[in-house]
Amino acid sequence: MKFSESWLRTFVNPTISGDAFSHLLTMAGLEVEEEESVAPAFDKVVVAHVLEVNKHPDADRLNVCRVDIGGGQVQQIVCGAPNVAAGLKVPCALPGAKLPGDFTIKIAKVRGIESSGMLCSAKELAIAEDASGLLVLPADAPVGQDIRAYLDLDDRLLTLKLTPNRADCLSLSGVAREVAALTHTPVRYPQIKEAQVTTPDRREIVLDAPNACPLYCGRVIAGVNAKAPTPDWIKRRIERSGIRSISALVDITNYVMLELGQPLHAFDNAKLDGAIHARLAQPGEEILLLNEQTLKLEDDVLLIADDKRPLAMAGIMGGEDSGISLETTEMFLESAFFAPKAIAGRARRYGFASDASHRFERGVDFGATRGALERATELILEVCGGNAGPRCEAAATLPDRHPVRLRPARVAKVLGVAFSIDEIVALLSRLDLVFARDGDDLLVTPPSYRFDVEIEEDLIEEIARLYGYDHIPAVAPRALLSMLPHSEDARPLSRVRQILADRGFQEVVNYAFVEEAWEAELMANTSPIRLANPIASQMSVMRSTLIGGLLANVVTNLKRKQTRVRVFETGRCFLRDTPGTPVAGFRQPWKLAALAYGSAQPEQWGCASRNVDFFDLKGDVEMLLAPARARFEKIAHPALHPGRSARVILGGQDIGWIGELHPQWLHGYDLPLPPVLFELDLDAVKTAKLPKYVEVSRQPPAIRDLAIVVDQKLELQQLIDGMTANRPAIVQDIRLFDVYTGKGIASGEKSLAFRIVMQDTQKTLQEAEVDAAMQQLIQYLQQTFAAQLRV
Amino acid sequence: MQNLDQVVQDAAAAFAATDDPDALEQIKARFLGKGGQITELLKGMAKLSHEERKSAGAQINRAKEAIETALNARREAIRRLALEARLAEESLDVTLPGRGESRGGLHPVTRTLERLETLFRTIGFEVADGPEIEADFQNFTALNTPEDHPARSMHDTFYLQDENGQVAQDILLRTHTSPIQVRYMQAHVAKYAQLETMPEIRVIAPGRVYRVDSDATHSPMFHQIEGLWIGENVSFADLKGVIADFLRRFFESDDLQLRFRPSFFPFTEPSAEIDMAFMSGAHKGRWLEIGGCGMVHPNVLRHVGIDPEKYLGFAFGMGGDRLTMLRYGVNDLRLFFDGDLRFLRQFV
Repeated sequence: MKFSESWLRTFVNPTISGDAFSHLLTMAGLEVEEEESVAPAFDKVVVAHVLEVNKHPDADRLNVCRVDIGGGQVQQIVCGAPNVAAGLKVPCALPGAKLPGDFTIKIAKVRGIESSGMLCSAKELAIAEDASGLLVLPADAPVGQDIRAYLDLDDRLLTLKLTPNRADCLSLSGVAREVAALTHTPVRYPQIKEAQVTTPDRREIVLDAPNACPLYCGRVIAGVNAKAPTPDWIKRRIERSGIRSISALVDITNYVMLELGQPLHAFDNAKLDGAIHARLAQPGEEILLLNEQTLKLEDDVLLIADDKRPLAMAGIMGGEDSGISLETTEMFLESAFFAPKAIAGRARRYGFASDASHRFERGVDFGATRGALERATELILEVCGGNAGPRCEAAATLPDRHPVRLRPARVAKVLGVAFSIDEIVALLSRLDLVFARDGDDLLVTPPSYRFDVEIEEDLIEEIARLYGYDHIPAVAPRALLSMLPHSEDARPLSRVRQILADRGFQEVVNYAFVEEAWEAELMANTSPIRLANPIASQMSVMRSTLIGGLLANVVTNLKRKQTRVRVFETGRCFLRDTPGTPVAGFRQPWKLAALAYGSAQPEQWGCASRNVDFFDLKGDVEMLLAPARARFEKIAHPALHPGRSARVILGGQDIGWIGELHPQWLHGYDLPLPPVLFELDLDAVKTAKLPKYVEVSRQPPAIRDLAIVVDQKLELQQLIDGMTANRPAIVQDIRLFDVYTGKGIASGEKSLAFRIVMQDTQKTLQEAEVDAAMQQLIQYLQQTFAAQLRV
Repeated sequence: MQNLDQVVQDAAAAFAATDDPDALEQIKARFLGKGGQITELLKGMAKLSHEERKSAGAQINRAKEAIETALNARREAIRRLALEARLAEESLDVTLPGRGESRGGLHPVTRTLERLETLFRTIGFEVADGPEIEADFQNFTALNTPEDHPARSMHDTFYLQDENGQVAQDILLRTHTSPIQVRYMQAHVAKYAQLETMPEIRVIAPGRVYRVDSDATHSPMFHQIEGLWIGENVSFADLKGVIADFLRRFFESDDLQLRFRPSFFPFTEPSAEIDMAFMSGAHKGRWLEIGGCGMVHPNVLRHVGIDPEKYLGFAFGMGGDRLTMLRYGVNDLRLFFDGDLRFLRQFV
């Protein structure tokens, strides 16, 4: 809602002004989004009358003018404007005037002729872009008057960012009503006079959809001069409200809409046939609108129609074929109330918006429908002439304004500030709200212009607003204290993130919607969850893995010469699931994924440089899960190298995977080296165990090493599992400490070295027991895995 | 016994002439070893008379002691020299960088959200989480948002396709973290259904939210923090107190002004925008929008089965990205979602 402050001040004129005035509005919930001046600062420019124009003797394009600047003074001014002519009223900058752009007017000779001032264009005064010639003022402009006063250039334009509940402030009188309440200032609304009926012409009105249109008023005005010019004061006010001047009839309907908040529509009466209907569209019914769009309508769109055809989308936009033009001589003027529910969302559905739909979908004052029609009639008769017909009306049930009970005790409870009933009465009176006392309570009936006062809380907000949110104290709240649970069987997410950060990974946040190709390639997911309205094709499906984003992070950073990338993300992934919980049809697990690319260590002098590999990242996974120990089993995963990837299993549950990116994707993803990555279920990573004490043995352990040669394809896990299952009781721990292939070992075989820790918790081990235990392990390995003892 | 003094002198000179511990022991043998000069002199005493032997023995022993003292001194000196040489050899350029992994870091928005959780925990707020693909009911209907509200349009809200490629009407990407409060209240009500009076709800819910919006100052995915306090006596004045306390703690400054400006949200009444202005620094004097808040609308409480006559309370929502930008002076929202390590490493 944009308007001129000086127009507003014709309704209500509080002493407060400038920034304080804007602040007052903002703090009352009418946020002043923008303030601008109509014109920049300048002075000493007056209305002048050009008396005489003569050719400059030495310059073709210049004229020497004699100009009356008021007070009986006539000045000689040289002027180069093409439209200068004797008899015009124009702005004249006097000697000493400072014009916008820091330009000072002096008495000077122009090609030898003295010039005492400058006649100005709109552009020179910075009030419009027009630089084609002098700004021509109306013939009745008073000579000598300061142009700022004459054109009201000290006016300010205010733009309010209104919340959708405050449709009552989408007009000057609405804002004025609010300002009056806030500043205890009297308000003057425009006088509404019933038009004198001078023609019997009328149209019948039929409400075919009385819920959508419960009140429709209209009238014929015959013999109008549609070509009459719009008076300057109307033109100035609507233009300062951001509405373009089109023709007198259109401008007046817009003027009244701004003044009273009631959108009006003007039909060319000669183009109408029969009665006016407010009815719902037939499915598929077409209408050509004023904006030259042809729409195929759905059956929930309210139309204004005559007996033959649709004339307008009610409350949204008029039809091209039924509207007024400069040729119109007979008009039918509409002022109606359309229910917000019947208008809301319709314009948006067809991809446009209008001032009318903006108001109707929020709620227009149904108590002002008739008055707006009369007000517009009055202005039209005044400006365009003509004869008014009788007001035609049809009415059904208007919205109910039931009394709302307001309890002072409840006000105190909600706001935390106690008000006496008298204080409350005083505040509500300022808003002109109608109320009755009922014991300790008030029964408040909201006015027709307020669509946002339905329950007690709405009134409490009004009280708070008038009292001032600023005056409600900020208190330290009181509550019953009880401790929050703090369980040890889960680690907080912050701890998990910190472990990764401490191991050199940088956290990133990537979009949850990704390229469809990532899902297909990395997860073999050919039916991903698609967005119905993605903002871009590379953000069209919901991710079921975090790794796509991490791979993209590598590319982003490689482009920026960051050659070593270690990143991780925690976030939800999205999968279809039946039944799905908590939202049916979907599973939305939290995942943790990390990626390492480039050298294993930060670039440095102290270690040999090599690229990160599977076991580097496996170490990170093990550290993340410690003290729990996961098992790793080979996996086939579309994203991963088949020989260098594993499923991660914890407590028998598959909790994720780790591996090197499949070489087939390197080229497509712009990666010169293979990244290593893992993705885990975050819940599993967060699981922790309450530590449980086990007695520490006082007996010294016996430690022996054991080196064997086995088939190269044999996985360590099999050996460890077998040895653990078949170990003598005194064996406490079996640890691999060396893997060797090469010289001395036959090809196809490998040497593994284990350290065996043995202990008896009760007594010191004897040499013979230790030897026997080792022998048992060796025999088991020889028999089960054809292991040879290496010496 | 001129000879003895000479021997002592010779020994001292011989010891001093070597740096090598093995050579020193060999030189020692020349004087003190079997057949060494002192030993020979002691042997020669057998020829002397008892009286002479007494006096010569004393002198030889003194000479022997003197040589032993010189020897030990030399041994110590050589040991010290060797140690010094070793230390010199082992000396490092201590200015070389340390070996090993460098530190990573948390995303700046994570830092903010974690601080927020910590601050609110200190006044007894739990942390809640909820789904990001959300039901229309929790995201809109339960929050008192009318059927035809503009926020529900496909211009503002991301909807999903069903398996047949049609728009799934009741499923969307949550547009705010408020549905978490709906789910939390539903669970709370169910949990304490048996009690005459349910315990207070104090919860905050940080998370990612989605809106159809993308330009220099809007990201289609961003972060919000939802807060909710429901009890028998929770007022707008309490809301102002909590928000003011939070912002002063979060920015670690009393040097800020705060204002609550009437506003409108379907799910709160009265409603307010929270504006804040720093009294110094880059943003000095400018009102900055921090979030929205208000007293929970009775319809919202009714939707989750809470009696609005008995219980009331406030809710607030703040922009996690916005708070982060103000806290660290970041001037471009897009940096948060770009994954640029040169930016992210600043928050290690």
